[in-house]
Order: sequence, then C-alpha cells, then structure tokens
Amino acid sequence: MFRIAIVGAGPGGMSAAARAAELGVPHVLLEQSAAHANTIQRYQKGKHVMAEPNVLPLRSPLPFAAGVREHILEEWGTGLDRLGVNLRCQSEVTRIEGERGDFILTLKSGESLRAEHVIFSIGVQGNPRRLGVPGDDLPCVQYTLDDPDDYQGETIVVVGAGDAAIENAIALARQNRVFIVNRAEEFARVKDGNLSLILKAIEDETLGCFYKSSCLSVTATASAEAPYLLTLATPEGDTAVPCHRIIARIGAVPPRKFVESCGIHFPSADAAALPELSAQYESNVSGLYVIGALGGYPLIKQAMNQGYEVVSHIQGEAVEPADEPLLAEKFAKLAGGLSVTETLQRMQQRIPLFADVNPLMFRELILGSAVHCPHEGDVVFRRNDYTNSFYTVLDGSVQIELGEGGDSRRITLVAGQFFGEGSLLSGRRRSAAVYAGAGCVLIESPRRDIVKLMNSVDSVRSVIDRLFIVRAIQTGFAPNTPFEVLAPIAARARLNRYKRDEALFKEGEPGDRLHLVRSGSVAVSRNFGGREVTLSYVAAGNYVGEMALLGRTSRSATVRAAVPTETVSLDADAFAELMAHNPALRGDIENVMRKRIVSNAQAQSSDAGGNLISFLMRQGLGEATDVLLIDESLCIGCDNCEQACAATHGGTSRLDRAAGPTFANVHVPTSCRHCENPHCMKDCPPDAIRRAPNGEVYIRDNCIGCGNCERNCPYGVIHMASTPPPQPSLWASLLFGSEAPPVESTGQGKAPKKAVKCDMCKDQSGGPACVRACPTGAALRVSPAEFVEFVSTGVAER
Amino acid sequence: MHQSVLDFERRRYLKIALALCAVSLVAYLWHDPRSPPNGGTWLGYTLGGLGAALILWLTALGVRKRTYTSTLGSLQGWVSAHVYLGLALLLVVSLHAGFQFGWNIHTLCYVLMVVVIASGLLGIVLYQRLPQQLSQNRAQQTSDQMLTELQELDERTRRVAANASPDEVLAIEANIAGTRIGGSTVAILSAQDRSTVRLPDGLAEAEANPGQARILEWLSARLSASDDAGRTRTLTDLVSLIGARRALLRRLQQDARLRGWLSVWLYVHVPVTFGLLGSLIAHVVSVFLYW
Ligand SMILES: Cc1cc2nc3c(=O)[nH]c(=O)nc-3n(C[C@H](O)[C@H](O)[C@H](O)COP(=O)(O)OP(=O)(O)OC[C@H]3O[C@@H](n4cnc5c(N)ncnc54)[C@H](O)[C@@H]3O)c2cc1C
Ligand code: HEM
Ligand code: SF4
Ligand code: SF4
Repeated sequence: MFRIAIVGAGPGGMSAAARAAELGVPHVLLEQSAAHANTIQRYQKGKHVMAEPNVLPLRSPLPFAAGVREHILEEWGTGLDRLGVNLRCQSEVTRIEGERGDFILTLKSGESLRAEHVIFSIGVQGNPRRLGVPGDDLPCVQYTLDDPDDYQGETIVVVGAGDAAIENAIALARQNRVFIVNRAEEFARVKDGNLSLILKAIEDETLGCFYKSSCLSVTATASAEAPYLLTLATPEGDTAVPCHRIIARIGAVPPRKFVESCGIHFPSADAAALPELSAQYESNVSGLYVIGALGGYPLIKQAMNQGYEVVSHIQGEAVEPADEPLLAEKFAKLAGGLSVTETLQRMQQRIPLFADVNPLMFRELILGSAVHCPHEGDVVFRRNDYTNSFYTVLDGSVQIELGEGGDSRRITLVAGQFFGEGSLLSGRRRSAAVYAGAGCVLIESPRRDIVKLMNSVDSVRSVIDRLFIVRAIQTGFAPNTPFEVLAPIAARARLNRYKRDEALFKEGEPGDRLHLVRSGSVAVSRNFGGREVTLSYVAAGNYVGEMALLGRTSRSATVRAAVPTETVSLDADAFAELMAHNPALRGDIENVMRKRIVSNAQAQSSDAGGNLISFLMRQGLGEATDVLLIDESLCIGCDNCEQACAATHGGTSRLDRAAGPTFANVHVPTSCRHCENPHCMKDCPPDAIRRAPNGEVYIRDNCIGCGNCERNCPYGVIHMASTPPPQPSLWASLLFGSEAPPVESTGQGKAPKKAVKCDMCKDQSGGPACVRACPTGAALRVSPAEFVEFVSTGVAER
Repeated sequence: MHQSVLDFERRRYLKIALALCAVSLVAYLWHDPRSPPNGGTWLGYTLGGLGAALILWLTALGVRKRTYTSTLGSLQGWVSAHVYLGLALLLVVSLHAGFQFGWNIHTLCYVLMVVVIASGLLGIVLYQRLPQQLSQNRAQQTSDQMLTELQELDERTRRVAANASPDEVLAIEANIAGTRIGGSTVAILSAQDRSTVRLPDGLAEAEANPGQARILEWLSARLSASDDAGRTRTLTDLVSLIGARRALLRRLQQDARLRGWLSVWLYVHVPVTFGLLGSLIAHVVSVFLYW
C-alpha cells in the first residue's frame, strides 16, 4: 500500500512525486506514455517554454525556469532520478475506486495498486481517440506525428478529416504516398486554408482520398513492400490498402468521463466546467486530490506549485499557498487590516453573486482580478468604450449614467451589485458610463475568468443572464420603466443560441417573437426568383422581427445568424405589455421599421450591394468591430502598408495584403477583424489576449507561445514569430529602393516565438500605420456600422 | 468616404495649386520690369525661392513615405498635394525663368525639373488606370499563388506525359524548361512572351514558342496522326493542359507587365529628382557668384 499514488506525470504530478520522495513518503507516479511529461514532450521541437506568471514564485523540489523544451525535460528527468521518484511509465490508469485510506487503482494491463491518497494530475489533453478496430494495437498505428520529415518513401494512411489530419497528410505527402480516410463525404468544420489545401492536393493527385469510408481492420503481412494491410469499408465495397504506417487523427477523448467515473462531481454539464475542489485541491471524494490543468490551472508553474502543496498538506504540514503574497499585495489598499482569507470570506459574504462559488475557484478569480479604490466621481469606464471586464461593488456605490447629453439619467448601484455584464456577453461597446461613488471599492475581473466561472457555476450564469435580459430590455425598449416592472416581463423572455447560417425565422412564417441580438449578428435576406438575396445586416445590440409584431402576421424576410449568435426573444404578449407601460415605444419602433423598409428596397435595387454584403459576411465582418479593406481599383501593390506595419511593430508585418478574397473591387486582406467575441481569446493559458477601450484586440508580453490562438482564429491572422533582423536605413531604401521584405515568421532562431497579430496601432498616436502609409488611399479601416454605408456609397458602384 | 488621390478632400490641393498659379500669373503680368523678365528682379527672386522651396518639399515626400510613425497627415494627403503642387511648380518656375532658355546650367536645371514632372504625370495616370486591370487579371489569386499553380500544372502535365512516347516526354520537358515569364525590362513592360522550345525531332535550335503556339502545333499534329485510343486520350489531355498553361502564362505576363508599369516610372522620377537637386544647388550658387 502506497501512502500516495499520483496519476499522470505532467508538471503537477512530477512535482508532487518529487515532494513525496523528498519527504521520504512511499509513493508511486503512474504515467500512461513512455516518458515523463507527455504534454511537454509533444510540444514542437526546440520550443521556448515560458515560466508565466512571472510574479508567482516556484515551489517544488524540481527546477523550472523559462528555457528550451529539451533542456527542461532533461532537467526534470535528472531531478526525478536524483530524488529517487518511483516513476512507472506505460501505466495507464483506467479505474480508481475507494476513498481516503483505501484506494484501488486499476491499470490498463489489469494490474491493480492500492494507496491511501490519490493525486489526480492527468491534464486536459485527453487520450487520442483510438481506431477501435481489430489490429489497432499493432506498432504501425500511431496517434501523433512529431516530425513529418522523419518518414520517406512510405505508404501512409492518415485517418481523420480535421485540421490536424489534413496538416499531417499534406506534410507527409511531400515525401511519401499518402491516403486520407474521411468518414463523411466532404471536409466540414476545418479552416478555409486547410480545406483548399486538401481539395487541391486531392485534385492534383498528390494524395488519395477515401470519402465515406471507415476502417475495418489492420493486419500484418509478410511482404517487405507493404508490411501492413488496412481494410476499409468504402461505398464501392471493402478495399484493402497495403501500407507502412497508419496515423489516426480522430480527436481526443476528453478526460471528463474518466474523471467522473472516479466519483468526482462536476457542478454543471457544460463541457468547460471544472470539478469542484476544496481550498486544499481535494475533490468531493475524500482523499482524492485534483491539480494542474485538470483543475483549471493551465500553466506549468501553477501545476508544480499545487503538486508541492497537496503533498505537504497530506503529510500534515501547514502550507501557505504560493499566491498568498500576491493576494496580500492586492488587498493592501483595503482598510480593516483583515487577513487574506478573511478578506476573501468577506467578499463572498457581501456579494450574493459569488456566495455559492467554492472558495478555491473564488480565490483564483480574485487572483486574476484587480481591486480598485477610486475617488468619488472618478470614471470607471466611459460609454462606448470597448472594454469587456466585469465589475462587482464591494463597498460604497457607483453611479451609472444611462443615455447621453440632455436626457441622461443616473442610477445608483450599491455594495453587492455588479455591472459590465453587457459588454462582457455581447462583445459590444459599453452602453453606459460609470462613475465611482463615495467610499467605493470595486473588483474588476477579466472576461476570461468570469466566463470560466459562468461555465462552472450554474447559479452565477443564471443570475448574470437574468440581469442582462432586464437591462437589455430596459436600454432597448423601456428606458423609463422601473426595474421592478420589467423583471416579470423579462422572466418570460427566452435566450436563444444559433449556429452560423441557422435561421432565426424564415420569410412567410407566422411571426410571433421579436429578437434582441445579444451577441454576434444576423443577415436579413429575401427570396427573389428562388435565390436568397441579402438585404442588410443587423449588429448585436439591435432587434429584428419587429414588423411581424406590429400588425403584420407573417415574416417579410428571412433572418439568419451571420456568425454564431445569441438573441433574447420576447413574445407578442410580453411586448404588448411593454408597449402598455411605454406608449412612445410604438412610435420609436415604427420609425426604425420605416427606415428599414426604405433601405431594404434600396439594397434590393442594387443586386451588387446585396451580394457585397453577403461576401463581407462570409469574411467574418458580421462579428468584426474594425476591419481592413483594400479598394483594388486604387491599390498599386506597393506594399507600403505592410512595410509600415512591420516598421511600427518590431519588424514583423501583421497583415498580408495580397492574400485573401476579393469581390467587386473590395479585397479583404489577411488581417485581424478585432472580433466582438474574439475566438483567439479562448484557451489562452496566461490570458494574454485582451481588448483595449477602443476595441483593439491585442496580445500582451506574457504570451507563452503555445499557438492555441493561432489555431483558434478562423481568419488565419495570428502567427508565431520571433524578433527579426533590423530594417535597412531610410537613406538606403530611398536611394537604392532596398526594402527588406517584411518577415513572416523566422526559422529555427533561438529567440522565443510568440504570437503576433494586429493591435490596430493602439500605441501609435496617429492611428493605424497601414492606412496612414497608403499613398493612394486604397487601404481603409471600417467598422460594421460604416461598412453598410460603405457598400451603398463606396467602391462597388464606382 | 473613400476617394482617389486626385479627389482627396474634395480636391483641396487642386484648389490651392490653382490659387497659387493664379497669384503667380497675375503678379507676373502686373509686374513690369525695365529689362525683359528674368530671375534677377524681386518677383523673380520670390518665384525662384518659392520654386526651390516647393522642390525641396516635393522631395521630402520620399522621407515622409518612409517615416511610418509620422503623424503629419496621411500619406494619401501628401501624395494628393504632391501631385497638384508639383504640377503648379511648372508654371511657377517658368514664370521665374521668364521663358528665357539657353545652353547653360540654369536651363539644365529646368529641363531636369520638367522630366521629373512629366514622369510624375505619367505615374499618376498609371495609378488611375492600372490597379483595376491588375486586380481583374489576378482573379482572387496572388502572384505567388499563380506561380505555384503553374508548378502544380507542370507536375500534372508530367504525370500525364508519363504515358506518352519518349520524344513527347522530352518535348514537354523542353517546353517547361523554355518558359520565360520575365526577361528584359522591355519584354516585361510589353508582356512579350519570349518562351522557346527545343523540339526533339525539329531543328537543333530552340524555336520561338509565344503563347505555347509551337508546342501546341507540334502536339496537335501528333494527335491528328494518332490511331490508338489510349494515345489519343493522353495527347488530348496534354493539349488541354498546355491550353490551361497558356492562359496562366498570359496572366502571369500581364501581372508582371502591370506591376512593371506601376513602378518603372519611379526609376526615372526619383533618380532625376536627385539630379535636379544637384543642378538646383549649382544654379543657385552660380547666380549668387556671378551676380
Ligand atoms: C503547445 C503548448 C504550449 C504550452 N506552452 C506553455 C509554456 O510555455 N509555459 C507554460 O507554463 N505552460 C504552457 N502550456 C500549458 C502547459 O503545458 C500545461 O499547463 C501543463 O502541461 C499542465 O500540467 P499538468 O500536470 O496539469 O498536465 P499535463 O502536463 O497535461 O500532464 C498530464 C500527464 O498525465 C498523463 N496521463 C493522462 N491520462 C492518464 C492516465 N489515465 N493514466 C496515467 N497517466 C495519464 C499524460 O500522459 C501526461 O503526461 C502549453 C500548452 C500547450 C498545449
Ligand atoms: C519637381 C517636382 C517633383 C519632385 C522633386 C518630386 C519628387 C518625388 C519624390 C522624391 C518621390 C518619392 C518617391 C519614392 O520615395 O518612392 C515622389 C513620388 C511621387 N511623385 Fe513626385 N516629384 C515631383 C513632381 C511630381 C508631379 C508633378 C507628380 C504628378 C503629376 C508627381 C507624382 C508623384 C507620385 C504619384 C509619387 C509616388 C507616390 C508613391 O507611390 O509613394 N510628382 N516624387
Ligand atoms: S485574431 Fe482572429 S479571432 Fe482574434 S480578434 Fe482577430 S480575427 Fe478575431
Ligand atoms: S497569445 Fe496565443 S500563443 Fe500566446 S499564450 Fe495566448 S493563446 Fe498561446
């Protein structure tokens, strides 16, 4: 019987085991793969691993500092040996039963082990989904591909139809005969770039493709030519493919099922939910601890610290969490002289929204948040700012100023209430200005941390959603109706989610609801001679479907989500009630309606305009806040825009002018759209991607170069780059025209690679350098509000 | 909201340039020196000073263009002003010179200026006309993508040719090897196709092959003589691949031509500007020395 069994030898597990070894505690470290730290082993060769957060001290018997992957892995390896850690590789744990004092761990080999405590540190990478056919355990079947150049002259079958499968297949096809096996009849859900690459490769016959096919079995043969035979079920019947190697890229099984099977409880069904843990990282199963990425801590140093802390805790040593000094510093400006724990408790008591959040999660939230003590009258944020953080009032009060100029009104929020949820959820500008009141203490939490909390704690999500709806109805329809009157109406409203291109409603259907677009945007189209012609686009913060509610009964147009969209919908009764409280509303809505009818009629008469709108929608402008367009009737191709971008951003251009599609003289270069709800922000371990008050989405210096954002951005505008060589001098370039080409991403250089993207020149006093440097005025930046106008007056009709 | 250099800010700089011309002209006509008009009068000095200042400022565009952090207006505004004031310069300096020319440093300076202005005029005309053609010709592709497509097309042609007879394989290879997209400046600017092909059964020398004409002719002769179904199919495929190649080459040559024209005038405009600056210094120094 071991005192501690540790499952998963990532940074968290290794650090825990090392601490146990240091204390002389009987332990075992179980790792499914062939070596320690599988996740780090799978990073790209030579990757510079970063040690964020810099301010957090490291607590572990194992060393860790920023450096090259190979070096770090080697140091960990020698560290494990030196401390005498009992590491068992190739030991995948498939079941954990029992509780404190008596756990039974079952390995894949069938062997079982017993331990008093279990530390769960299996990360979130998950296990690659297996082929699940006879023979899938033969050595020719592999689930990862480190370096495609390792293979030459082989016949290789890649199974899968996602981005990873396509990227592997294309890279391998340079030196091998490659087939790709796709279960479906097309490649859906992959990036546009990969889609065109694979279709082209198939057309050129640089690789073969089996559509609508699945694997049946793998067998070894005697032939040296093709040592294995993969049998496929294809529409033409079963086919045997002789091959050397099979690479299956069919996704990973997320670890959640396994974790739940051990009795660990997740607070919500949301895929992004995190298990509930005590302040000592103990799960609801007593004696079973969860640390590292699996517990919601996505950085190496955090995982290592937790491993150390948990083992010390099990051994009965009181340890102050490593982040204690950071919190103490944050709280230093608060009066009252409370300890860190007391302050955290007081916060949870005073703010009802956070009352049900478990203390560990709350601690993490506050660690990422800032505590402000503004003077009375200070601006917290301005109306029309693009920031998306979330505020709670801990003490004192704030004044919210609704409306502008003459008819602005102020309402007061007191301790325990929150604000800022509107921009957080919709990605739109702030709809009101907020001023600090007397004795005001505010907690400002970044979007990512609140979204994480909403995904894990249902009560937080529902409270925020409810208030959002009330406030949205208030600003949208009934500015003068008090909150109490609106609350029951709002309770009847529905929250709807739509996928890209999904219809909210269709032309001719009976209309009974009005939709307030909460995030994303929708395209309005009508059927002309069997074709859907886009007439206009409606951005978040506006409503659609009002025509049917005001007398007309059937829908006069089809409305589809241009990007993934959320709406709040109101039925006819609720709407009638609103109008009863607010007689002016009818007139307002009729006004909007009149304008829409006119502009729809105009759009209809110019077919090109409608097509241009749908073209721009396909390029992601439906979720953009600001996008670079190039008028091809003016662009002379001098690339001064790229030069200017590179010159103002450390030598790397963040835009690729020539790439990207063109329609009716409007060219959309590969450049950031500054999305309302940026996809790139998802899964950024150090939360390095932020949005500035003017809307710029930018990447901070604490980027660890993991490449998640590069994969997540659907528009391919982020790339990983290190600092390139200097540019030629002004005189050299003026006299000899020698322009160093803007560096895309430099080769194998030792300098760490980080993510770079357009920051809309937020640090340049004159605004975007690309636009200012365009000699012909071909480059322009537009926001969604402007681009509809741009379409009707602009390039298309010239 | 969105306009060309010429329309910038409702042609603000056109109006300023016209005003400048009008004032200079009125002063010139009203001013009645004893001697014939020349640079030596007070008006001559004023116009000369103005002209020199304008030339220096026009040259400064090259510096502004590369000062990417500059907050001094947009480059488009600079170019708009550059164009109109650059044209006004012609009148200002002609008046300054009082239309007196000879074989001397002063007239050299004037001639160089005219060359710079004329090349600038050519440039701005090209800027108005060519971008649209450039964009249409590219049809959603970048130049690099077109080149890659050409390579891929050639790979495919080679694969099909593998079924053809050995001399046909040789001809296809020779056709690929003899392809020229660039070449001399003249060839680029006129989009001439200087491609050649050395056919295995033809003369020992390479034959001209503009628009893939020679290879198509050669292949179609073989195609019409073919009496084998398999061969016929291979040759038909080859002919249609060469047809696609011909269209792509044409687009690449057009692309090079248009891009060439968009920059070639600057190779006159900028160097002559520096010549102009040199002769301007000589002109000013000599005027003050021999005064
Ligand atoms: C490309 C990339 C780059 C990154 N760069 C950085 C960086 O520069 N700096 C940084 O701080 N963070 C970085 N991260 C994040 C970092 O990798 C994770 O935060 C860290 O690995 C989490 O450690 P962990 O111990 O929780 O889990 P993991 O490191 O994921 O370790 C889990 C281990 O458990 C094993 N395992 C899984 N299931 C079982 C099972 N059933 N039985 C036995 N063993 C099992 C796995 O094989 C693995 O070895 C990066 C992430 C990625 C994907
Ligand atoms: C004596 C008069 C002029 C001088 C000294 C002058 C000088 C210059 C210089 C130094 C540049 C910068 C080139 C570069 O760095 O790439 C330039 C660019 C240019 N000039 Fe002139 N110029 C003059 C007159 C004109 C006139 C009359 C016109 C048009 C009618 C004109 C049109 C242009 C244009 C279109 C550019 C290119 C802008 C760009 O693409 O960046 N110039 N000129
Ligand atoms: S990087 Fe991509 S996802 Fe992020 S804001 Fe820009 S366009 Fe949107
Ligand atoms: S900015 Fe991108 S590369 Fe950098 S850490 Fe975040 S997700 Fe990873």
